[in-house]
Amino acid sequence: MTVDITDPRAAEVIPAAHGLRPRRRIGIGARLTEALRQPVLVLAWLVVLTAAGWALFPWLFTSVSPYEGNPALSFSPPSSEHIFGTDRLGRDLFARSVYGAGTTLTATLLAVLIAFGAGTLVGLIAGYLGGAVDTVIMRVIDVLLSIPSLLLAMVIVSVLGYSTHNIAIAVGISAIASFARVMRSEVIVIVNRDYVRAAYGLGVGRLGVVLRHILPNSLSSVVALAALEIGTSILAVASLGFLGYGAPPPEPEWGLLVAEGRDYLAVYPWISILPGIALALVVIATHRISTSFRKEHRR
Amino acid sequence: MLHYAALKIGRALFVIWAAFTITFLLLFVLPAEPVDLLFDPAELNTIPEDVRAQVAANYGFDKPLLLQYLDRLGHAAVGDFGTSVQSGRPVTQALLEVLPSTLILSVGALLLAVVIGFAIALLATATRRPWLRNLLESLPSAAVSVPVFMFGIVLLQVFSFGLGWFPSFGDGGWQSLVLPLVTLAIPVSGPIAQLLVRSFTGEMGAGYVVTSFAKGATRGQVIVGDVFRNASLPALTIAGITFGNLIAGSVITETVFARPGVGRLTQGAINTLDIPVVQGIVVFVAASFALINLIVDLIYPLLDPRLRASLAARTS
Repeated sequence: MTVDITDPRAAEVIPAAHGLRPRRRIGIGARLTEALRQPVLVLAWLVVLTAAGWALFPWLFTSVSPYEGNPALSFSPPSSEHIFGTDRLGRDLFARSVYGAGTTLTATLLAVLIAFGAGTLVGLIAGYLGGAVDTVIMRVIDVLLSIPSLLLAMVIVSVLGYSTHNIAIAVGISAIASFARVMRSEVIVIVNRDYVRAAYGLGVGRLGVVLRHILPNSLSSVVALAALEIGTSILAVASLGFLGYGAPPPEPEWGLLVAEGRDYLAVYPWISILPGIALALVVIATHRISTSFRKEHRR
Repeated sequence: MLHYAALKIGRALFVIWAAFTITFLLLFVLPAEPVDLLFDPAELNTIPEDVRAQVAANYGFDKPLLLQYLDRLGHAAVGDFGTSVQSGRPVTQALLEVLPSTLILSVGALLLAVVIGFAIALLATATRRPWLRNLLESLPSAAVSVPVFMFGIVLLQVFSFGLGWFPSFGDGGWQSLVLPLVTLAIPVSGPIAQLLVRSFTGEMGAGYVVTSFAKGATRGQVIVGDVFRNASLPALTIAGITFGNLIAGSVITETVFARPGVGRLTQGAINTLDIPVVQGIVVFVAASFALINLIVDLIYPLLDPRLRASLAARTS
């Protein structure tokens, strides 16, 4: 295959091969005004940063223990003292939601890292080597994609045993296939680019070409997918937690928090609904941000 | 065309076989002692060795792996996935028993999701108010961002406990179907609506649409007469994804509303580590997925003459 010089994508990628990635220089002021023109996006970032703060420094946001409750105060509705109310054991639900962010978001991050790392590697191997290796890998990926990822994750968790870590591993493994497929289709295009052939011509070894030229130039799509996958993984982790495959009960985890309130839904709805709303807001915010990434990527 | 069909059928069969093999590896080979999975982990240490050996022999775990694999594969080929560890009943029978309930729920939810998807896409294309368009276009991504169990719980809270319009659980009469249906339909409608909005917007800029406008057609006439059919077809390409969403959603929905069905069966089988049932369900789901994709692959060329022409050119 010869590369069409008039292909605008080719022109865009060639400078990058020499490490001279073209970058629009925009001052901080200009960036800020641009950002403020999209108030929803600013709001989304605030939500995500708050959730990250909850996960990293929970003690800054609440001074109450997420484990110890005051039985005298059980089932108190949201008030200025307990803004999310309290649960069956009188534990502060806001504190449990704040500490739960750490459990849920750590698992999410681990899941995305596994899916991204393994998926990128498998896609790179399939796309670069081609031939029989590619065929075998792609058929296996077809099969993995034909099992709904929640079901696949449930099966993997049942084999590994119940815990938040295993949920993260299961969610990560079940997302490998989609990363591998995207990565492979990118690599196949890049492998035939003129600058890759030029690198071979200049005597660069195979590994060098893969690491210096093919990998960096084919990553952008998988990175965009990883941003999108964060939201999806939070949902998957929380769903598995909700079904009871995650941390054992005293542990705060968002999906589990919602599940714990289910039995009291008719009388004390806030137990399920307030942590659930926090969870939904974070996922909506990450989706909004990843969409803005993709738009930027396309420009 | 015949070659194309044979290729697609071969791929579908491969997917089903491979799904069986992968679940066999995961469930029967990876665990060091698969027989231990059959017992309650808390009581595992109290179980006498001879009982374990007998159970292992019952399930064929004492035979060489390859023999176990071929034995199970041979039976699975004729639809026999062994017997449930928990109930002792054949897996296929247990699955077929709860299937109608899930089918009613999923088909109903699918229809509702398609209606919602088209409603959003048509309104977003028809309106000339940018704010309304933006709002409509952001609905699908919100629909896939909110966890399925949250929809279920909020609907329960409002319409069952709050207003008392519908029962909160069970499987009796159409009233008990309404809330699960809506719960399942909303997340399923998200991707459909997203695809339709994109497809409708794309078609609105096509040459034949400009021609229709030039000939004096109104916006409504153009959308209904010209764009609708051409823009709807791509929705078929995400049939597989939609099916996956329906299955995953039904696991959660059936749990929230305590409805019997394939989803509840799956959850129960995973909870009790009922390996034969888990394998049966996974293979069944993969087979359904492969069948749906096969049907789409085969009928799409019939519906879209452009694709038919390109296929004929490629295979001849």
